[in-house]
Amino acid sequence: MHRAQTSITDVSIEWPSVQDVFQTMTFQAGYNTSVVLAGTTLLGVAAGIVGAFALLRKRALMGDALSHATLPGIAMAFIVATLFGVAGKSLLILLPGAAITGVLAIVATQFIIRQTRLSEDTAIGVSLSVFFGAGVVLLSYVQNMSSGDQAGLATFIYGQTAAMNVRDVFLMGTIALIAIIAAVALLKEFALVCFDEDFAAVQGWPVTFIDLVMMTLVVLVTVVGLQAVGLILVVAMLIIPPAAARFWTERLGRMTIIAGIIGGASGYIGASASALLPRLPAGSVIVLAAGVVFFLSLTFAPRRGVVANLSRAARLRLKIAQDHMLLEILHKDLQHSEATEGASVSIGSIRKRRSWSLIEATLIAYSLQRRGLLRKSGNAVSLTEEGQDAATRVARTRRLWEQYLVQYADVAPSHVDWSADLVEHVLSPEMVTRLERSLERAKRPAAPVAEGAA
Amino acid sequence: MSPGLTEFMSLDFPALLAVVLASVSCGLLGNFLVLRRMSLMGDAIAHAVLPGLVLAFLVTAAFGYPEHARDPLLMMGGAALSGIVTVVLVELIQRLGKVEKGAAMGVAFSVMFALGVLLLEQAAARQVDLDADCVLYGQLESVMWLPTDPTASYFSWSGIAEMPRQVSTLAFIAFAVIIFTTLFYKELRIAAFDPGLGKTLGFRPQVMHYALMIFVAAAAVAAFEAVGSILVIALLICPAATARLLTDRYFTQIGLTVIIAIIASVGGYMLGTRGPLWIGLDQSVNAAGMVTVTLGGLLAMAIFFSPSHGIIARSMRRFRLSVSVAREDLLGLLYRLEEHGAPGMPRRQVAAAVGPWLAAQVASRRASQRGEVNSRNGLVELTAKGRTIAQSLIRSHRLWESYLVDVLGLRPDHVHDTAMRLEHVRDAQTGSRLMPRVEATIDPHDRPIPSNGPSAPAPTANDDAKSDGHA
Amino acid sequence: MTPILSKPDRKSATPLSARPEHSAESPVSIHALTVAYHRKPVVWDVDYDAPPQSLVAIVGPNGAGKSTIIKACLGLAPKAAGRVEFWGQPYRAVRKRIGYVPQRESVDWDFPVSALDVVAMGRYGKIGWCKPVSRQHRAAAMECIDRVGLADYASRQISQLSGGQQQRVFLARALAQEADLYFMDEPFAGVDAATERAIVQVLRELKAGGATVIVVHHDLQTVAEYFDEVMLLNMRVVAEGPVSDTFTQDNLVKTYGGRLTLLAEAAEAVARAERGG
Repeated sequence: MHRAQTSITDVSIEWPSVQDVFQTMTFQAGYNTSVVLAGTTLLGVAAGIVGAFALLRKRALMGDALSHATLPGIAMAFIVATLFGVAGKSLLILLPGAAITGVLAIVATQFIIRQTRLSEDTAIGVSLSVFFGAGVVLLSYVQNMSSGDQAGLATFIYGQTAAMNVRDVFLMGTIALIAIIAAVALLKEFALVCFDEDFAAVQGWPVTFIDLVMMTLVVLVTVVGLQAVGLILVVAMLIIPPAAARFWTERLGRMTIIAGIIGGASGYIGASASALLPRLPAGSVIVLAAGVVFFLSLTFAPRRGVVANLSRAARLRLKIAQDHMLLEILHKDLQHSEATEGASVSIGSIRKRRSWSLIEATLIAYSLQRRGLLRKSGNAVSLTEEGQDAATRVARTRRLWEQYLVQYADVAPSHVDWSADLVEHVLSPEMVTRLERSLERAKRPAAPVAEGAA
Repeated sequence: MSPGLTEFMSLDFPALLAVVLASVSCGLLGNFLVLRRMSLMGDAIAHAVLPGLVLAFLVTAAFGYPEHARDPLLMMGGAALSGIVTVVLVELIQRLGKVEKGAAMGVAFSVMFALGVLLLEQAAARQVDLDADCVLYGQLESVMWLPTDPTASYFSWSGIAEMPRQVSTLAFIAFAVIIFTTLFYKELRIAAFDPGLGKTLGFRPQVMHYALMIFVAAAAVAAFEAVGSILVIALLICPAATARLLTDRYFTQIGLTVIIAIIASVGGYMLGTRGPLWIGLDQSVNAAGMVTVTLGGLLAMAIFFSPSHGIIARSMRRFRLSVSVAREDLLGLLYRLEEHGAPGMPRRQVAAAVGPWLAAQVASRRASQRGEVNSRNGLVELTAKGRTIAQSLIRSHRLWESYLVDVLGLRPDHVHDTAMRLEHVRDAQTGSRLMPRVEATIDPHDRPIPSNGPSAPAPTANDDAKSDGHA
Repeated sequence: MTPILSKPDRKSATPLSARPEHSAESPVSIHALTVAYHRKPVVWDVDYDAPPQSLVAIVGPNGAGKSTIIKACLGLAPKAAGRVEFWGQPYRAVRKRIGYVPQRESVDWDFPVSALDVVAMGRYGKIGWCKPVSRQHRAAAMECIDRVGLADYASRQISQLSGGQQQRVFLARALAQEADLYFMDEPFAGVDAATERAIVQVLRELKAGGATVIVVHHDLQTVAEYFDEVMLLNMRVVAEGPVSDTFTQDNLVKTYGGRLTLLAEAAEAVARAERGG
């Protein structure tokens, strides 16, 4: 084993100057670099848009089998071309080969799912790895061939934008553009089939044909993306941008646009970084850039993001706890026969009934105090006037809900309190009004209901 | 020792051993992935151990101990770490982000793999002996067993002690995997078939789940040097998937997996290193890739030829069924003709009367071979033996019609087709014809229901010309 | 190979409507329909004619094949035998006149579309290939969503609706198809009282407008109140006809009270043989 004593510091990285960075990223660093940058960006946009539909059709990993399975096709096309004395490295020869074995892998996967007892995930894993293995065998044969032209084939595995020539990029860009146009034109049809295939069929849409078009677009984007991103990672361009885009919107149209933007940006960043720094495979940088966007989206997106979800859950929990505390104090209030306003209750006694910790109880009391619903004196608390109103309102909503459930939903009475606890906190004021009305129509509620909802 | 044997022992044997050990350990673990429908988790982990592995290399190199770069413990540590990170990542993305499982896996493993490739490129720059090709193929060629003392036997202790590091690592992993699957045989089975039940029985399926994932990651790394990062997926999934098509028993499934793994790795290795030479090519091809292809070939054979679940066996069974249905229909038809006083059926009409051509041909030949029908003057007619069978069939048909009309309340003019299907149905255990228990001697079309006893020529019903059930 | 279930239909190819028992007026005529899933027969030999301008309930226990019949009528489940015609014509010819409300669980409600978008899908058949949803079609969709009382929720993402509201969105989508015959698969399953009333209201409006609605229904309590016709189903039609004559204690016992073991066993045996396993 040969290994020089090296350490991280031994390898100096030549950082590009600010000017270099600026020039590259504004398409001024020479014709070739600019074309590659533009082409990769376009590819990213196409992959993001097409991927959105693959994701919504729950076919994300079918693309994985497809992309891995392009390897034997590439090697085979090269071998055949060389045998016929044609320069094998032309994309026009290699990409059709890639597409053929890629599609073959999908057909094999579907065949296994339909005809055997093996499940979908096993079928995908099997065709992915076996096709890839066949590719490895063929590639090892190619590498020992005497043609001398084969070195470039490895770029298809990890992707290398630097190895692309202008003609390759134009091919890639054109096909990416076609995919974008097709996806936009068929947005309505794709959406329908992805959302509700049966309904589409009943309306007379040719579901299989639309599916086929969708799959063709996936194949096209995958195959033309091979050289830039590499066949192991190209599927990430189809999955990550749309998955990230989903966090930012609830509309399909906007989701495809955002996915296109994220995909395009990742492609742009990847190609520039690869052009500026040595030893940065464009594919990896593209995927990592998209990955960063994904994790930022997952964490910080305003509605679906983790932070937003956690804070929403915390707010709801607090609201429930506040309501419970108001109810407890109200109960104590009513137990005092004179029911004077502002009778005080000790936090300790409430705490025991709700099994809150002291800190929880104090925090809840504090938050109520800040809302001006609670008055605190030492260890005892009492409701303010607004607090009493609020507590009455909570009690009434709960009662309404209980009666509603009993009356309409055939729910066993023993379950009522539990459901009421969960639901009353999310009831909107309009819902409360509607409940009142429906109850009044059916049967006059026992207790008079206060006017006006919160 | 002959030079040929020495060459085999030093070059092929260790590589072969490495592949076999790798495929057996992966294959065993793969069972639980396939049975739990988590095959793609194996896929994800196999891709995702790369960064952990490279990181372990880089760290040792950075601290100036490159000779420890392939320390098995460090590698396993790095791999287990990335394995766990991947599993947790997938679960987090799925749960917190409400992303569908497949997509969550796709995000997690492609980001991990991209990170791995990036680190790999940096590592390559630092002359760490690990390159991108290794990820694809492994480095089976570099597994060599060269004892310092060439005269010493390979079978002496000193010889074995100098077993290549890759092989000893794999042997260790294989040993650990076998211990794991044996010790937790029951628990793994429950976790595979019914995690819910496992939980109620106190088996803690979650713990088993993570243990399994760690083992998968460790096996993936150990196998990394033998077959590379992506072909590991085939070692994990293919043997178990093939066994799944051959058996329904848990124990047999596991045993078959081991056998398939061994056959494929030995066969694949030989095909890769020797195969091209046999067909006259001048150089060998990648053996690891060939192992994968062999695994795929075995699976394809199982898909088509498995005696229990194979496509061919199933089609054969279906064809045999349709022949037997056509034969019975033929006998039934002749019986009905006898009832109407017809002498028999013209030979040429037989095929058209009882279903698809091929099945009908085979059926009519079989019926005459068995002596159930006779052919006289171009007319086909029942023998006594055939009449007995036909009688039981017609009995079944008319009992079914009565059942459908009297018990289920279907319309009499519609039950003929349904009864035509049901009359052939046999009880799974006894193999005897399934007959509804109906107290009737006359069917809904006023035809007599033949008794169960020995046959006499069918009573002719001259006055009633309408045929059975046809509306 | 002859699968037992796909024996050539020896019946003549004359339209069902030409037969005495089926009328051309009937929006849907089902004749000798047998459906198998994974080669296991789940519906045997069903005959039915829906009277025009009526509300029909298909009622039966779980696994009786209620949804299967609807799916087979619409070509979503393969027919093992038998035929279905609409106004005396095959399905393809009259597709545009047929509306469909699938089960609520059949789609992913996290799909990034608004309630109005889903309702607009009912118009897609009228819009045609590649054209975006025009203003008129959006307005028509809006009208439908208003009819089910969800105008205020039109722009909500569909996962933010309650189960009942989601069901009403599906109903509105079917309304947007402007069909003459509707198939609805369990529209009343798991909905609140408000939704139930809204659906019943819509059903009555549809009938008043001349349409026929065939509904898979699970609630025996409400059959008599909501529907004109009923088909009692348990793998085969136990009884069918006007609710007043058909929906009897006797028939219900026949439908729900077992007595199917032999037929179910036979179906199992057929499936085993057909699968070759």
